[in-house]
Parts: sequence; C-alpha cells; structure tokens
Amino acid sequence: MLAQQLFNALSLGGVYALFALGFTLVFGVLGVVNLSHGAVFMVGAYAALTAVNLLHWPLWLSLAFAAGVSGLVGLLVDVLVLRPLRARNAPHLIPMIATIGLGIALNSLAQGLFGAENRRFPPELLPQGTLHFAGLDATALELGIILLSLVLMTVLLLTLGKTQLGRALRAIAESPKAALLLGINVEGLFMLTSFAAAALGGVAGVLIGLYSNALFPLMGQPVLHKGIAVIILGGMGDIRGAMLAGLFLGFAEVLSVAYIGSTMRDAVGFGLLFAVLLMRPKGLFGSTQERKV
Amino acid sequence: MSSFTTRRIALTTLLIGAVGLSAAAQAAEIKIGVAEALTGPAAQYGNSIRNGFKLAVEQINASGMLGADKITLVIEDEQGKKEEAINAFKKLIFQDKVLMVFGPTLSNSAQAADPIAQAAKVVVFGTSNTADGITSIGDFVFRNSVTEADVLPVTIATAVKNAKIKKVAVLYGNDDVFTKSGYDNFVKALEAQKIPVTTTETFAKGDVDFKAQLTKIKATNPDAIVLSALIAEGAPIMVQARQLGLKVPVIGGNGMNSVKIFDMAKGASDDLWVGSPWSSQNRAKANNSFIIDFTQQFKGVPDQFAAQAFDAMHIAASAIKKIKLTGNLAADRAALRDALPTVKWTGATGDFAFRRATDKAGKPAGYDAQQLPIISVTRGVQFEIVK
Repeated sequence: MLAQQLFNALSLGGVYALFALGFTLVFGVLGVVNLSHGAVFMVGAYAALTAVNLLHWPLWLSLAFAAGVSGLVGLLVDVLVLRPLRARNAPHLIPMIATIGLGIALNSLAQGLFGAENRRFPPELLPQGTLHFAGLDATALELGIILLSLVLMTVLLLTLGKTQLGRALRAIAESPKAALLLGINVEGLFMLTSFAAAALGGVAGVLIGLYSNALFPLMGQPVLHKGIAVIILGGMGDIRGAMLAGLFLGFAEVLSVAYIGSTMRDAVGFGLLFAVLLMRPKGLFGSTQERKV
Repeated sequence: MSSFTTRRIALTTLLIGAVGLSAAAQAAEIKIGVAEALTGPAAQYGNSIRNGFKLAVEQINASGMLGADKITLVIEDEQGKKEEAINAFKKLIFQDKVLMVFGPTLSNSAQAADPIAQAAKVVVFGTSNTADGITSIGDFVFRNSVTEADVLPVTIATAVKNAKIKKVAVLYGNDDVFTKSGYDNFVKALEAQKIPVTTTETFAKGDVDFKAQLTKIKATNPDAIVLSALIAEGAPIMVQARQLGLKVPVIGGNGMNSVKIFDMAKGASDDLWVGSPWSSQNRAKANNSFIIDFTQQFKGVPDQFAAQAFDAMHIAASAIKKIKLTGNLAADRAALRDALPTVKWTGATGDFAFRRATDKAGKPAGYDAQQLPIISVTRGVQFEIVK
C-alpha cells in the first residue's frame, strides 16, 4: 500500500507542478500574479476536447492545438490588458485584479459555448489498461504526467539558464528598464513569456482533464487555489521551486490521507506549507526578492 | 424566453381588446417563480429541472385545467450559490410578485434561501432538495424530492441482499450540505442494518485525484463502497477505483443517479446502486408519456430531476385549481399554502402525497414527499430496476 500511495503522491504532485510551472513563469518575468491562469487552463482542456470530438484529431495533435489556443489567449491577455496597465505604471494589485475579471469572462464564455455540464474526453483516446508492476497499479496517463512535468521543468530551466533568450528573460526579471537600455526587446519577450506560460497552462488543462475525466467551465478554480499555494511555497517565480513545491503538496496530501485521515488532508497540507513559510518567508527557492528567474 | 412570453401575452391581450372581446381579457396570468442553478457546477441539474417545468406548464396551459388562466414562469438563475439563491428569491417574491417559488437546485442553497420565502409567507417548493432539515424551516416549505433519509436505507438493504455485501467502506464529500447529509443518513442506515464499516474517507469539491483515499479503502478489503458524492466527483471516483483494481459495487446517493454516469465514467460505470423515486425503466403509463413528450420537446432523454420538476408543477397546478384566485396576492399565496397539502398526484414518479415534517423542536413544519423509491443498478448503459 505504501508503494502505491507514494506513486499516487508523485502523480498528484506532477499535476500540481504542471499547473504551477506556467503560473510561476509569468510571475517571474512579468511580475504579475496572473489569476486568469485557471481559466486559461480550462480553455486548453476545452480546445483539445473540440479538436478530438469535432475534428477527430489524435491526442498529440489536440494537445498541440490546446497549447496553441491557450497560448494565444495568454498573448491576448498580455497585449490587451497587461500591456496598457504597464504603460500606465499601474500599481501591483491592478493587473492581478484585472486578471480575476478576465478569468470570470473566460469561464462565462466557455459556459456559453459548451454548456455548464461536465464533459469528458472519449476513453478510446488513451490506453485504458492499468500497468501492474512492483505491486503498483499505474495508468499510462499518470506516468505521462510525471514524465512530462519533469521534462517541461528541465526544458524551462535549461532555456532560462543556458540560452541567450534565458539571459534576456533573467535581465528583464531583474529590471525591465535596465534590460530595455541594454537593447533587449522587452515587450516582445513579455509577449513570448505570456504565450509560453499560457500554452503550458493549456497542456496542464488537457492532461488534468484526461486524468479527472471531468471538464467543466470552472475546473480551473480549485487548481488555481492549489497553484497559488504551490508557487508561494516554491518561491514566487522560481521554476525548480514550483516543481518541488508541487511535489511537496502532492506528498503532504496523499500521505496525510494514508496515515492521518482524509478529513485532515488540507489541514496537514496547508499546515506544512505555513510552517515552511514561517522558516523561509520567501519560499523554498526565493532567495531574494529581486532575483525571480 | 420569459420576456418573449410576456410580450406575446401582452400582444394577445391587445389584439383581443381591439376586437372588443373584453370578457376574454379577464384571463389571468398566474406568475410562478423558478430559481434554479442554470449556470455553475450544479447547472446540469438546474437545466433538467427547468425543462421539466416548461414541459408541464405547456401541458397545463394547453389542457385548460385552470380555465382561462395561464401559468407564466419567471425564471431566475441562482448559479447553485447561496447568495444568488437569496437574491433570486427576493427578486421573485418582492419584485416580480409571483404566486409561489420553485427551487433552489441544491440543498445548500435551500437552507439559505427558503427562510426568505417562509418570512414572506410564500410557498417555496423544492424539487431537488433531499438533505435533512429543509422542510423544518417552516410551514410554507414543500418538496416532492424524496429525502435521502427515506431512500438510502432501502438502497443499502437492496444492494446488501442482492450483492452479498458483508462490510463496506464509506467515501463522502465533507464540504457540502448535500453530500454530508447523505453521509449521515448512510451511517444511520448502516448502523440500523448492522453492517460494519471498514474505513471512512472524505474528499472536497473540485478534487481531481481520489487515489489516495481509494488505495486506503482497497487495503481494508470492503465488499462495497458507500459513496455520497455529486456526479462531478463521483464519476472520476468510479473510474479511478476501477483503475486501482477496486471492482466492488458502489452504493450511491441521489447525486449519482443520472444517466451522465454512463458518459462520464464510460467503461467504469457498472455496478452502481442507486435509489430514486424515478426510473427511466419504469413502464407505468404516466411515466411513459412523460418520457415520450420530454424526448420530443428537448431532443434528449429526461432524468430524475426533470421528472420531479414535471410532477411538482402538476402538483402545484392541482392546488391552484382548488383555490379561487382573488387578485389579492397575500390572500392567494396563503390559500395556495392551505390547498397544497391535500393534493394527491400520480405522475412520472408514481403515486405521490405530502407528509407533514417537523421542526427541530418537534412541532409541525413544512411538507416532505411520501413516496416509495425504486432501486436500480447500472449495467452497460442502463439503470436496471432491482426488486
């Protein structure tokens, strides 16, 4: 039973991490807590559902489509809402509030287009069997989620750490003004980041929609709440932090169900989070306020 | 829709007036309020309910059972939220001045909004509120939804007898009035029938992963899972249980009783036991014609929630028929309240009568449904009735 619970924790942690990666990226570069990320996540899930049901595309193509559609939504959010606010030097809270409104608008739009009832992906989309090994019952999807969250984290880390693009992004994270003076295309990179983060959110939406078998317009809300906790715990804007904190929350929740009782799950999960933040107020990896990526 | 209807009625009245048939213009419009969750997570129940009402009103108005009077629905979306349900009730009662109110969809919202109707002395009629304590709010509170307290013991007894169940694990949502109340009733029934519980686990609304709880349940080796959940969580729970190799029967409450389960838990929906006053497999005449009419009108199959709403509207119309509407709103509302408890009705959900409920102090309060549940089990894409 312990082995199965550890595996459950790993896949749940993977789910949280997958969502938190894009969420934390936006904060790291743009300095905005983008609360429409939950809605973007939902948009990805519905985009893939449409591709599968109406266009009869295979899963990998639908996944790419979902990434594209949510990326586009993220881009629009940046161009239409966040950029004008930046141009007017709006105080920190304003973009956050604006993204709450955007989230509500997107949720309502999805409700109008797809209805409020629960939908699901056709089960034929994935191998249905469960794999048995070492006393574990695992589905291909769970393994996929764990792997993909690790791969995406590695890609993001390498991009930020080793490439010219990454250096530019880190420069922006330090100070957009200084980066601009250095000749970096700040607005362009803001747009790129918004696109990439939202695309990641969309991919997370598809995978979690496949996992839970329940797509509904408000599906992003509960995940958003957990996501906020995860990126705060990881250190706002830190990629490794988001990954580790996602896994941390997954393990805390699953192990508290296994050994303390499911009624205490959130109390234990968030109690631990509180304890960590008491000792490290900037989160696991947030060493200083300025260095965000 | 409602504004369209109002406009059409206004237009008709105008035409009749122009032709000079002033006597026919006496035909009164009976406004009935409907506050259901048409958007939000509970919308799949709320929309079914609204369709049930619409079908019934069309039949009632076409039949002429209320003479020249016609029922007009004033429909509000309460989004499955307490605050919105309160707002919708206030608007319907004080602004639209409806004769009575149907709704809200969830027991959670009914706990919050029904006291508004009670205080205003307006009949509030729930068609989907099955939690305890709703009708103890007061003597203007009615419902035709059979309570979980009446259904669940029968569901458990039938499943235990047919599937040879000795011990069960319990899983429920602990952050919702409805699923928590379902859990309380399950526990009472399990105690009364002396069935041991191997473990009790909980989850919260919006959870996507239930494998931690299910793994723990599997380790206790139960003969069945007793599940108090709404379908948004209940369907993934069934899928994930089967993925973990937990293939025992699932005994569900009212929230699991929907044909949606065959889609949302496709491939993992077998062996779900539910009890309800309505079944699509019930071949009684009233139910057959309801299913045919509903399917024709809405191009989709009805569920329990549509059936109960349909019956509720007919029950209300029967009561309205018994009273003489005076145009004095307060008097009419009180007269309807006095006429309702005497109504007997045989409809889609079978024979129906009201039963007086009591409040917390044991004094007479509102009215519950007096009806026998039908127990069904899922096989393939059907609910099969079990005797």
